[in-house]
Amino acid sequence: MPDDLINVSYIVSAILFILGIKMLGSASTAVRGNRISSLGMLVAVIVTLTKGGLDYHYIIIGLIIGSVIGLVAAKKVQMTGMPELVALFNGFGGLASLLVGWSEFEKGGEGNWFLYSVICIAILIGGITFTGSLVAYLKLSGKVGGNAVVFPFQKFINLLVMLSAVLIGLILIIPNNVFENGAALVWALIFLALLVGVLGVIPIGGGDMPVVIALLNSFSGLGAAAAGFVINNTVLVVAGCLVGASGLILSIIMCKAMNRSLANVLFGGFGTSSSSSGTQVEGEMKALSVEDSYYVLEAAQSVVFVPGYGMAVAQAQHVVKELSEILERNGAEVRHAVHPVAGRMPGHMNVLLAEADVPYEQLCEMEEVNAIMPTVDVAIVIGANDVVNPAAIEDEDSPIWGMPIINVHQAKSVFVLKRGQGAGYSGIINTLFFRENCRMIYGDAKATISGIVSQFDE
Amino acid sequence: MEIILLLFIFVLAAFLGFELISKVPSQLHTPLMSGSNAISGITIVGALIASGQTDANFSKWLGLAALILATVNVVGGYFVTDRMLSMFKTKKQK
Repeated sequence: MPDDLINVSYIVSAILFILGIKMLGSASTAVRGNRISSLGMLVAVIVTLTKGGLDYHYIIIGLIIGSVIGLVAAKKVQMTGMPELVALFNGFGGLASLLVGWSEFEKGGEGNWFLYSVICIAILIGGITFTGSLVAYLKLSGKVGGNAVVFPFQKFINLLVMLSAVLIGLILIIPNNVFENGAALVWALIFLALLVGVLGVIPIGGGDMPVVIALLNSFSGLGAAAAGFVINNTVLVVAGCLVGASGLILSIIMCKAMNRSLANVLFGGFGTSSSSSGTQVEGEMKALSVEDSYYVLEAAQSVVFVPGYGMAVAQAQHVVKELSEILERNGAEVRHAVHPVAGRMPGHMNVLLAEADVPYEQLCEMEEVNAIMPTVDVAIVIGANDVVNPAAIEDEDSPIWGMPIINVHQAKSVFVLKRGQGAGYSGIINTLFFRENCRMIYGDAKATISGIVSQFDE
Repeated sequence: MEIILLLFIFVLAAFLGFELISKVPSQLHTPLMSGSNAISGITIVGALIASGQTDANFSKWLGLAALILATVNVVGGYFVTDRMLSMFKTKKQK
């Protein structure tokens, strides 16, 4: 295919990407939006293949292996494991951009300072995205602890590593230096980029991983755009930059939902000072048995479920749906209140509840449900913690002070389904648990709710 | 000149990206993140060109590795997003 035709087709696929992202932002068009954007990708790939002078052997092998791995992973993953899978895919994209930049460097030949700058940027951003996403994946899937890892002089060391990466990049850009010891320098640059990704993400607590993933998603877009500059390709630049910008906006929106700034999330070392914030808490945690909770629920006229990550871990969404149906038949009004940052990703809970076929009308946003909270008979908190911690609006010294929460403490009674007495993911003591109207039901959330359901059946 | 044109496109695309994502309901944040993650796999185009070089050398091997990773990102990303979104859809039709 002639070059002009290829470029025109790239414009078509860019348009499809733009329409796709636009439509992904609205519930009624989201499915079509995703398919339109995948069509754009297909156009870009096919058109690129018609470019003359390509050897197809490796291409076919690569496409087949990649498609099989991608398909199997996407089909097999549980909805609860979605956040970590997205993190992993994102890391792969970043590494691919790094390799494209590196491959172009290894080709050698004449290049100007601009080419070498964009190669360095692609390697740097791609490398940071890869290891950063990998650490996020390990933290989310629980393969390493979710706590923030902090060590002495951390910020200084991080700065030093970052600066040396930039320095090596600058040396590479300077003409004539490239062909003497360029290869060794590139290895060093790659190593440092990978190191920056690890060092940048380990001090961030697991609770903040959604923001990190959104930001790394933005990075992988910018990495692709940089790779686009390397090979002089418009569709890479456009699509990469679109993702870069939209990912940044998305991470800022998420930070706002937690009432924190992006800088605070990235450099705050949040989630390390668990004990220092433990202000005096009055009262004690009162446990409740499944049977007793049944009697309260049977008489309840209005019930609100507040799901959190614990529901995802326990795979409790289907029994929650079952219980909410029973309660409805029993004459109660049932709502599901989803906090914007509940779970490990915004919208994570919505996906799970949708998977369990919970009717759309029962899903309430935070503001909506807070307005009616004083009239609610029972609020059932399933594995959520920080998003219902009244310290956020009452204790100015609390690390989460100012974060909007679901005001379950205003409900007539609150049941908290929890595995043990420990603090939440962020390590902050939840003053809700010590309130007069709060009862703890210990145990696996799924088992507990099934227990209540069978009480109703009898 | 070509570089300037590319930079021009880059800047315009950045503004477009900022404008596209402004009022997204929070329940769509996860699918949106996953869907745009699939788009960032556009680097597959670069990987195709790198792995399709006619002389086999180190550069080409790097291209092949890039192609496999980018393909996983693209194929997996789109399918996972579609799976998530189709759950919202079936519920809406009721």
